Amino acid sequence: MAGTEELIAFPSKDEMLARSRQYWNPDKTQFWVDSGVPLVIDRREGYFIYDVEGKRLIDVHLNGGTYNLGHRNPEVTAAVTAAMQRFDIGNHHFPSLARTALAEALISTAPPGLTKVVFGSGGGEAIDIALKTARHATGKRRIVSIAKAYHGHTGLAVATGDERFANLFLADRPDEFSHVPFNDLTAMEDALRGRDVAAVIMETIPATYGFPLPAPGYLGAVKKLCERYGALYIADEVQTGLMRTGELWAITKHGIAPDILVTGKGISGGMYPVSAVLVSEAAAGWLTEDGFAHMSTFGGAELGCVAALKTLEITCRPEIRSMVYYIADLLGGGLRRIQRAHPDWFVGIRQDGLVMGLEFGHPQGAKFVMQRLYENGVWAIFSTLDPQVLQFKPGLLMTPDLCGELLDRVAVAIGAAHRDAGAAGGRKP
Amino acid sequence: MTVVGQPISVDLLTDPAGVPRARAMLQRAQWAAQAFGTYDKGTVDRIVHAAAQAGAARAREYAEWAVRETGFGVAEHKVIKNLASSTGLVEAYAGHDYVTPRIDPVAKIVEIPRPAGVVLALTPSTNPVATVFVKTLLALMTRSAVVVSPHPLARECSADAARALASAAVAAGAPDGSIQVVDEPSVPLINALMADERTSVIVATGGTAVVRAAYSSGNPAIGVGPGNVPVLVDGTADLAKAATRIADSKSFDNSILCTNESVLIVTEAAAGTLHRNLKRAGCHLLEPADRDKIRDLVFPGGRFDIRFVGQDATWIAEQAGIRVPGTTRVLLAPFRLVVPEEPLAHEKLCPVLGVVTVPGDEQGIDAARAVLRIGGKGHSAAIHSTNPATIMAYGAALDVLRVAVNAGSSLGSAGLETGLAPTMTIGTGFFGRSSLGENLQPKHLVQWTRLAYHSDPAEAFGDFAGLDPWQVPAGSVPPYPLASNLAGQSLSSTPVPATGPAAPARSDVETLRAEIRRVVLEELRALTGGDARG
Repeated sequence: MAGTEELIAFPSKDEMLARSRQYWNPDKTQFWVDSGVPLVIDRREGYFIYDVEGKRLIDVHLNGGTYNLGHRNPEVTAAVTAAMQRFDIGNHHFPSLARTALAEALISTAPPGLTKVVFGSGGGEAIDIALKTARHATGKRRIVSIAKAYHGHTGLAVATGDERFANLFLADRPDEFSHVPFNDLTAMEDALRGRDVAAVIMETIPATYGFPLPAPGYLGAVKKLCERYGALYIADEVQTGLMRTGELWAITKHGIAPDILVTGKGISGGMYPVSAVLVSEAAAGWLTEDGFAHMSTFGGAELGCVAALKTLEITCRPEIRSMVYYIADLLGGGLRRIQRAHPDWFVGIRQDGLVMGLEFGHPQGAKFVMQRLYENGVWAIFSTLDPQVLQFKPGLLMTPDLCGELLDRVAVAIGAAHRDAGAAGGRKP
Repeated sequence: MTVVGQPISVDLLTDPAGVPRARAMLQRAQWAAQAFGTYDKGTVDRIVHAAAQAGAARAREYAEWAVRETGFGVAEHKVIKNLASSTGLVEAYAGHDYVTPRIDPVAKIVEIPRPAGVVLALTPSTNPVATVFVKTLLALMTRSAVVVSPHPLARECSADAARALASAAVAAGAPDGSIQVVDEPSVPLINALMADERTSVIVATGGTAVVRAAYSSGNPAIGVGPGNVPVLVDGTADLAKAATRIADSKSFDNSILCTNESVLIVTEAAAGTLHRNLKRAGCHLLEPADRDKIRDLVFPGGRFDIRFVGQDATWIAEQAGIRVPGTTRVLLAPFRLVVPEEPLAHEKLCPVLGVVTVPGDEQGIDAARAVLRIGGKGHSAAIHSTNPATIMAYGAALDVLRVAVNAGSSLGSAGLETGLAPTMTIGTGFFGRSSLGENLQPKHLVQWTRLAYHSDPAEAFGDFAGLDPWQVPAGSVPPYPLASNLAGQSLSSTPVPATGPAAPARSDVETLRAEIRRVVLEELRALTGGDARG
C-alpha cells in the first residue's frame, strides 16, 4: 500500500526473519520456523490472511476472537477512518464523548447488575483493574483462579496464571494468589472458606488451557460459593464473549450475573486496541472515592471506543446471532464426521458455539495438526497450556461456502497429522 | 457545544445507511436457504399452511392498515386480496409439489427440484400486504429464503405482515431467517441488495424504474412492466353481465391492481345498451365539459397525478368540482381517438375509465392495439363477447400475454376469477421487457437438477422409486448452541482435568438444560424487548 512501502521494506522473507531474530524476538521468531509455520502475515481481509510470499490461510485463530468480525471489517474500518477525522486517543483525564457512548452501550447490553465501565488499553490491564477493583470493594487481598489459567501478563494478571509465565519474571505471588483445579468445587470451597478472598476470576471457558468445558452447574456453584464467603465473581470474557457462544456474553448461558466482567480482544474489531471492565454498583466504589486511582494514557483511547461501538452494534444484530447458530451447527456436525474417520486420533470435540477445542491422542497432538493445517491453508493454534488440544475459533461472519472449504481442508490436515504423530511415536490411546 | 449527540457519520465511507445491516440479512438468508433446501415435502407443507393461516387470520387488520398507511384503495377489497393471497393461494397450489423428485422412465430422466436460494422480494405500495403474502408463500412452497424490501410508502404494514408470516413459519419448523424484512427501505439500499452476490433472484413488483434497475443489477431478475388494459365489448356479449363485471372490476380496490381496465372500447351496436347497464352498475358517464375537468385534474400537464391512486370516484369528482350521484363507483370519460397525446388513453390507477366507441369489431381491435402502443405491452386485456372468432382474433392481434374473457380484468387477469395462476405479479414477457411471461407462480422460483441417462437402450434406467433425498429437520433449525457437554453428545473422551463432582445423571442434564434455556430466554427477552429469537 502506498505510504507503507517506504516505511516497511525488506529484500526477502529470509532477510526479514533474520532481522526479526536480531531486533525483535529471537526465540519466538525461530519457534515458528521450527514448528513448520513460517508465517509472516502481510495482506489480510475477512477471514483470510496472506503470508508475505502470497500463501492464503483461513484464520481460525483470530487472535482469540480479536478478529471475530473478520480482518479489517469494512464497517469497523470505516468507523475508525471517519473517527480519525475528528478524534485521536484523547485525554484520559476528561469525560469523553466516545468513552461515555461506549460505556453506555456496554452497560445496556450487559448482564444485569453491571452499572459502570472502566477502560484499559488491553486485556491484561483490564484484568489488573478488575482485581484492584475487587480488592478495594472487599478490603481483601487474596485472588483465586484456576490452575493453568491465563488472564494476561501484566503485574496482577500474570500472578493469576500458569507459573510458566510468572516464575520467569519472579512475578508469582503465592501468598496472595491461589490456584485451584478446574471443575473442582471442593477445592474451590477450600480456597474460599477462610473468607480472605477478594475475588474468584474465571474465564468462562479457559482458552489457553484448550477450552475445557465447565461441568454442568459448576460455574453457578462457584458463584454461590463466592456469595457465601464474601468474594466477588469476575468473569473473564475476553475470549468467550462477543457472541462466540451464541450469546453476547457466555456467562449468561450459565445463568450467572457476575460482579465484574472483563472484555478485550474482539471488542474493538482488531482495528484499535481497547479493553473494558464492567463493574457492579456495589464493586464500583473507588470510582466515587478517588476516580484518579487508576490512570492509563491509552486506556479507553477514543479511536478504540469508536471501533468498539461499531463492533458492538454489529455483534448485537439479530442476524449475527442467527448466523452463529448456523455456523456452530454446520462446523460441529462436520467435525464430528471427520472425527468418526479417526476415532483413536481425533479423540474429542469441546464445543460451545464457535468456541471449540479439538483434542488429539498425543501429548503434542495439536502441534502436528497445526503444522498440517498450515500446509493446507488454515491457521489455527495449539493450546499453549495443553498442546494436545487445538484451539479452533471460526469467525462470526463465516459463509456456508467458506465453512465447507474449511472442513475439507481440516479433514485432510487431521488425517495427515495422524500419520505424522504415528511416525513420531509417543502416546497412542 | 454542538457536537454532543451528533453522531459520527461512520457509514458514509462504505454504504448508505442501513445497507450493512441489510447485507447481513442476505447472509443470514443464505444460511437459512441452505438449510431449507434439504427439507422434505411434509414439513414444507406444514410451514406453508402455518404461514398462510397467519396471514389470513389478520387479512382484515392488514387491509385496514394498508389503506390507513398508504391512503390507497378500499379496505373491503383488500381483505379479499389478502385472503386470496394467503389461504387462497395455498388452496390453488394444493396438489402441486415443488419438493419431490420426478421420475420420467421413458426419457430416462430424474428431475430433482432445487430452490432458487435467496429471493429478494420488492413489494409495491399499491398491493402491499397481498404481494408480501404471495411472494413469501411462493418462496416457502419452493424452499427458498426471502428478504422482503417493501415500498417506503407501505413500509410498516408490509414489514409487520412479513414478520407475522415469519414467526408462524419458524414456529412450524422453517429455518430461522427464512423470512426477513428490511425496515428502512431506500433507493440506495435496494440498489445495493439487488446487486449483492448473495441475492439469487430479484422478484420486483413496482414502478418501471425499479424493474429496470432490477434487470440492470447483474443478478437474475423477475420484474414486470406496467399495465394499460383495453377492454372490448362487442354486440354478441351479454351486455348486462359485461357492464356489471366491468364496473366491479374497475371499482375493485379503486383500480389499484395493475390489471384494472383502462380504456373501454365498445362497438356502436352495443354502446346504448351497455351504457344503460353501466349506469345501473354505478358508472357515471361524464359530459364533455366534466370529462375535460376530470382529465385536467387527474392528468395535470398530461401526466398522471399519483394523488389519485386508489381514490374513490366520488372524491375525485368532488375535487374536480363535478356533481355525481353518491352511489357512483366509476367515472366514464369518453374520448374519440386513442393517441399518445390523449391523457385518458394512458394507464389510470383510479376509477376513471376511458371510453371509445368504434363502428365494429375490427376497429375495436385496432383501438385496443393503439392502447397498448401507448403503454401496457405484454400485460393484460379483456374482452366481453360470445364469438370465438372475435375473441381469437383479439388475442392474436394484441401484444398482451393474457386476455380475461367475459370476466373483469382486475381479478380475472390476476387469476382470482379465472383459471390463470393467482398472483399479484403479472409477467409481461418479451413484449413488456420481462423475463416472465406468465402470472408469477411457484414454478418460477424452482430450478431442476436433471439426472439424464445415456439414451442407448442398452443402458438401463435406475430404480428411483421411493428415493427421497430430503430430510425431516430435527428440532429447530439451527439448534441453540448448547455446550457439547450439555447436548448429550459427550464427545470429550478426555474428561476435563477434574476431581470435582461426578457428571450429573441424564435427567439432571435435561433439567439443567431446560433451566438454562429458560434463563437465557428470559434475559434475552429483557435485552431485546420481547423478541427472544432475535
